[in-house]
Amino acid sequence: MSFITGVGLTAYGRHEGSSSLDLMSKAAELSVADAGLKRADIDGILCGYSTVAPHIMFAAVFAEHFGIRPAYAHAVQVGGATGLAMTMLAHHLVEAGVAKHVLVVGGENRLTGQSRDASILALAQVGHPDYEVPLGPTIPAYYGLVASRYMHDYGVTQEDLAEFAVLMRAHALTHPGAQFHEAITVADVMASKPVAMPLKLLDCCPVSDGGAAFVVSRERTGETGVRVLGCAQAHTHQHVTAAPGLSELGAEIAIARAKESAGVAISDVRYAAVYDSFTITLAMLLEDLGLAGRGEAAARVRSGHFSRDGAMPLNTHGGLLSYGHCGVGGAMAHLVETHLQMTGRADSRQVKDASIALLHGDGGVLSSHVSMFLERTR
Amino acid sequence: MSPRIDDWTTGAEAIVYQSCAPCGRLQYFRRSFCAACGAPDPVEKRASGQGTVYATSLVCRAATPETRAHVPYNIVLVDTSEDFRMMAHGDHELAIGDRVTARFVPFAGRMVPYFEKVK
Repeated sequence: MSFITGVGLTAYGRHEGSSSLDLMSKAAELSVADAGLKRADIDGILCGYSTVAPHIMFAAVFAEHFGIRPAYAHAVQVGGATGLAMTMLAHHLVEAGVAKHVLVVGGENRLTGQSRDASILALAQVGHPDYEVPLGPTIPAYYGLVASRYMHDYGVTQEDLAEFAVLMRAHALTHPGAQFHEAITVADVMASKPVAMPLKLLDCCPVSDGGAAFVVSRERTGETGVRVLGCAQAHTHQHVTAAPGLSELGAEIAIARAKESAGVAISDVRYAAVYDSFTITLAMLLEDLGLAGRGEAAARVRSGHFSRDGAMPLNTHGGLLSYGHCGVGGAMAHLVETHLQMTGRADSRQVKDASIALLHGDGGVLSSHVSMFLERTR
Repeated sequence: MSPRIDDWTTGAEAIVYQSCAPCGRLQYFRRSFCAACGAPDPVEKRASGQGTVYATSLVCRAATPETRAHVPYNIVLVDTSEDFRMMAHGDHELAIGDRVTARFVPFAGRMVPYFEKVK
């Protein structure tokens, strides 16, 4: 058994003068304190990567900087799925008795540490170096390709996709740490600058500075326990050119495995935290995961289904689209928010019942998937 | 090893794929083995340049000075008549399902495949 015993999250946006290690340390400090632990209690560290400060031994660099000497430490790289992949590994490490308290940490000064062009360029390298990158695609273009096909096959419109940006912004308005604080409408999304059609600027997550961390422990340390009920991965390809058909993508494989491992059904889920790098990502994943029928996710947004007071509250902090995206830490904010919801600490964003949560992360171009179920235990 | 044929990734105006003799599978990304069955030495073949549009995305925001000079440009995924999928450039008007044929155009310092609708 494993528990998420503490969480830490910085505001996302601009942190002028903060390094990746600074942002990671800040979040780590918060999570260790939230777990009611001391630094010396941490005996395992898993961290992500920083595109601003790449290093071949990033976990050791962080451990030294933070001031701990863990029994187990290394970095993990699964793109946007890194945070949940680290959580899955931490879960197995504490279950296997390798460590008692694993600190999972990600953070990056991606916005102020480099130019936006440098950031876009670094990320575009997930494309094939010989067969894709020379054609000048960008990450939005990889997802734009997927979007064009998904919209074609399932009758989804650009206005439908815009609904997801509007929903994430509405949620971000209620979180003081979010990068964006101005309400937007479907018309605003439609009128925003074209980036890689059919995706426009407001269909895309921003580049942010920020850090997120949590502690995964063998025993719970607080009154309310948040337990990892089950999790699973699927990896079908790396490059969009080599992706399988839309009906064979990894999200469906990962969620099927995770449901089996957790022994729960989608109908048991009360809160959802789903990767939302682009509006199309969120639309597709909600439908792949079974949280909406094919082509029906946008209608569910319009009816309030995914709103804070709806039947399936989704990314109540504003997600990558509006809380912000600082790389590895980006989707870790989804888990931090889930933990706050499950432990009744989400302030004005608190939902009625977050007893069982589903989290899903995606790395690459819908390439690598991690699905996870969390359960509240008293 | 079967002889290697130059393609657009190595400076020639050609699209090349590999075919596995033992299992019959095709692959576009060049390797010294078949990724489906592991057999060595897939046979290299020149593609016809005919295909059908699978997906499109018009890039309006590029990240380098060399690529920015071409904005907007249409990135397409094409299912070739030989039955492998490839990324290329294409006419802005292309729609999913269009039958297309390839020529080669300069882009950011090299010649790249560019698909246009079969008239």
